[in-house]
Amino acid sequence: MVAQNIGFGIIALMMVVGALRVVTTTNVVHAALWLVVVLSGGAAQYVLLGAEFIAITQVLVYVGAVMVLFLFGIMLTRTRIGREGGLNNPHWKWGIPVALLTLAATVLTLVSSFGGEKLPEDAAPISTQAVSDQIFGPYLLPFWALSFVLLAAVIGAIVLARKD
Amino acid sequence: MLVNQFLILAAILFAIGVYGVVARRNAVLVLMSIELILNAVNLNLVAFAMRNGSADGHTFALYVIAVAAAEVGVGLGLVLLIFRNRRTIALDELSEMKG
Amino acid sequence: MSVVAASEVLNPLSSGWFLENSWLIPIIPAVGFALIIFFGKRLPMKGSEIGVISMVASLGMSAGSAYQWIQRVGSAAEGQFVEPVIRTWNWWQIGGVNLTIGQSIDGLAVTILVVVAFISTLVQLYSIEYLHGDRRYTHFFAALTLFSAGMLAMVIAEDMILFILGWEIMGLCSFMLIGHWWEEGANSRAALKAFFTVRTGDMGLLVGVAILYFASNEWTTENLGVSGFSIHGISAWALSGEPNSTVILMASIALFIAAIGKSGQFPLHTWLPDAMAGPTPVSSLLHSSTMVVAGVFLVARLYPVFFEGFDILGAGGNLIMVIGAITIVIAAALAFVQADIKKVLAYSTVSQLGYMMLGLGAGAWLPAVFHIFTHAFFKACLFLGAGSISHSASHHSFDMRKDMGGLRKYMPITFTTWVISTLALCGVFPFSGFFSKDEIIDNVGNNGYTMFMVIGLVGAFLTAAYMTRATYLTFFGEARGAAAGQHETEHASDHGHDDHGHDDHGHDAHDGHGPRESGPLITIPLMILAVLALSSGFLNATPFGKSWEKLKDWVEPRAAVVMEVHASGPGESRIRAEEGHHSSPCGSETPKEGVCFAPQLEHAKFKWSKALLSLAIVFAGIALSWLLSVALYTKKNAKLVGLTSRNKVLGAGYRLLANKYYLDALYEQVIVRSVAGPISRAAYWFNQNILDGVLHGVSRTTRSVSSWTYRNIDQRVVDEAVNASGRATKGAGGVVQPVQSGKVSQYGALLFAAASVVALVLVIVNT
Repeated sequence: MVAQNIGFGIIALMMVVGALRVVTTTNVVHAALWLVVVLSGGAAQYVLLGAEFIAITQVLVYVGAVMVLFLFGIMLTRTRIGREGGLNNPHWKWGIPVALLTLAATVLTLVSSFGGEKLPEDAAPISTQAVSDQIFGPYLLPFWALSFVLLAAVIGAIVLARKD
Repeated sequence: MLVNQFLILAAILFAIGVYGVVARRNAVLVLMSIELILNAVNLNLVAFAMRNGSADGHTFALYVIAVAAAEVGVGLGLVLLIFRNRRTIALDELSEMKG
Repeated sequence: MSVVAASEVLNPLSSGWFLENSWLIPIIPAVGFALIIFFGKRLPMKGSEIGVISMVASLGMSAGSAYQWIQRVGSAAEGQFVEPVIRTWNWWQIGGVNLTIGQSIDGLAVTILVVVAFISTLVQLYSIEYLHGDRRYTHFFAALTLFSAGMLAMVIAEDMILFILGWEIMGLCSFMLIGHWWEEGANSRAALKAFFTVRTGDMGLLVGVAILYFASNEWTTENLGVSGFSIHGISAWALSGEPNSTVILMASIALFIAAIGKSGQFPLHTWLPDAMAGPTPVSSLLHSSTMVVAGVFLVARLYPVFFEGFDILGAGGNLIMVIGAITIVIAAALAFVQADIKKVLAYSTVSQLGYMMLGLGAGAWLPAVFHIFTHAFFKACLFLGAGSISHSASHHSFDMRKDMGGLRKYMPITFTTWVISTLALCGVFPFSGFFSKDEIIDNVGNNGYTMFMVIGLVGAFLTAAYMTRATYLTFFGEARGAAAGQHETEHASDHGHDDHGHDDHGHDAHDGHGPRESGPLITIPLMILAVLALSSGFLNATPFGKSWEKLKDWVEPRAAVVMEVHASGPGESRIRAEEGHHSSPCGSETPKEGVCFAPQLEHAKFKWSKALLSLAIVFAGIALSWLLSVALYTKKNAKLVGLTSRNKVLGAGYRLLANKYYLDALYEQVIVRSVAGPISRAAYWFNQNILDGVLHGVSRTTRSVSSWTYRNIDQRVVDEAVNASGRATKGAGGVVQPVQSGKVSQYGALLFAAASVVALVLVIVNT
């Protein structure tokens, strides 16, 4: 358990630093690369939480596909690579109090409701089979809805991005 | 491991994401910040799945990943369109909704 | 799993710290890569020192492993199977499958480790000067170091997963390094072409590994206690007589496609010459001596699979030999029409890789591995020599016809090392290429493939001829263009230049003086490599008798039946090797009471008569090419100059070669278009006819409905009401108008802030 806590600490630190760099760096490509760090850290946390399948999906979909999309987006919407100014709003400072307020509200709630509650140590791991039983059992309807969302997204992306 | 260590990590990521959404001007960076927020939510879902020993959290985490992928696809499509029409993706120059 | 010899015939095998900890070898450059990426730019030498230090450390470890491996082989009895040093760790457990990761060090791994670490070290040293002042200097060293980590990881891999990991890292680094100067369109195109062509082959690797896993997992788990990803498990399975011949044939074909892509074999060789767009050290390291032999290494590593799958040593030849032979000849022919010195070397590399494949396909495993070893040294030397010429003599041009000639007077060191390496490449006694290439040709003939032996000899002739032409054009005759001291910039854009990204260096450094010798950081690696090109052949000098065949002892796995008893737990296996070395049944029949890890191979007896024949062919090639070159390029013999434009048959041949057999055109025009064309046309048709039709129909209906509504309801009834309420709202709206700025981020801030405030209020109220 100690080892897991140390692992958690290192990965969490990495994720927080990465996330901060995503929102503060002056180079868009670097922001995308720092996002990779955060997302990979997320995958590692899922492994700690015994969710291997989600971790793999996270790596495949986020770190793989979504990041490629982002890099293409960056490539197609810019003329130069490197530092650039003007990535922030003129009133970007307003973001700090808003974020702190949000953080305060959530942390207060979490501390007051979960205090020192521990995760069950000897919990049986949730197998991928159980997840698939859930998806194709009680949660079939959301799954269908999701399929339509994806279809709509595909068509929408084509319609939006096509040249005419 | 405490439940809260995961939940608070998620809260921090969420707050950083909120900051990014508010402070960033470049539309692609705003989309990245939204990804941070969605990941924070996912972390919560998986942590609760472990706490309750049920697969529901995993199921919804998967759904969120799928929706996020769709969102990025459409979002970047929009950004491209905006870029093609106005040669900029700075959000503060898009003020058609001004009242 | 450790196997301890318990029989009285057998000696316990020695081991040592370096062998046991060889897994550190790829870890060192991997850590070095991370350090360069994060701190490189702040260091005094911009990160190159970390790269060099990590490579030197890896080289030291590799040398230590090699030394201890030799001791280990020495401690074994005659004909005893020398167990590789295997260490594995559990890495990932999912759905009942336990994946391990680990090292497996044997003679083959040790050989390649030493070569890779050694050439990487020299190339890094060379790059310090060659890329001095480059815009992405730090990134260059980071990618170079990561490449070495990937290759070393692939070499020590115990299982196919680590193997694929290393393989893919190399592909990525190759892409990054070819496109190092991506500002120029040709470079980024070359990088993309290399990446996609190799990816085409890589599909084969994934498919092949999947087939092998599903076919062998049950057998390996039962008999050896390892998963179906383990390389030595797969090897034993392939030789066990267990596998279905169709399955193993499919797996071999899939894996061989991967090898074709990575090692630039026909018909996927087209990417390799284009890859010369990268900086010269990259061409030298990746695209001549190390990365491109990964495909050959794959075949050598999983040799039992190919041995069974393709029926190597069977009558009539097999796919590996056919591809290898075709590659030797077509690549050598292409090398004749190149004006770019690096492209000559690139086609030469393709052709030499063909020799390695031919050797592997014909059952000449050891000569092929030996050729990897020697080829690495002399080809790296040739490439670095070409880089030295362009760096110091020809103003970053690689064009032999326009910018070189007569350089032997100005660059004595480069010239000498070049000639040594050229002789080694041609296979002249006693240079290293003679021992390895001749042995391949000899063994091919000895195993009964006479036709392929003739092709090998034709290849040797062509090799000698095109290398003589290149040497003549570069170092002899009159100085031309930049080599003559002319500083021409008008043709700066039409061939391979190497000066992009030199911010404060580049052309200016050469202004005002003609060609000269390069600095010590360039010439010292050249000299070291030339010495090795001269001497490395003696490690396995078959002509001088058995005592000179060191590499055969050290590297070739001995084909003995190894008995594995797992009922009594690991560590109690017994090795049975009383049977003589040459009567081992491995590869020819199903082994009884045990498993084999390597097939039994024959070695040709060396005969001076055969060697003299091939030497005569090589000298004929050199002499003929020399005479032609003098006549063509110096004397400008009227009968020869322009012959290709006068004679129809020769002209057609020249055009075929100049267009690279039209393979690029085939890939880009025919295949890509025939696949992409229908898809895009179908999508367009769907778009135009169905989507637009639906949209138009909907919009027409909507328009007619809405225009009616507008005329009748909106204008008369609603408007009045709205106008009245609008006037009332306007006053109120004026107050909150500043909030409605139309700016999304402001809305976001307000939304989150409001939500948080409400949440906070609720929390406080509830507690």
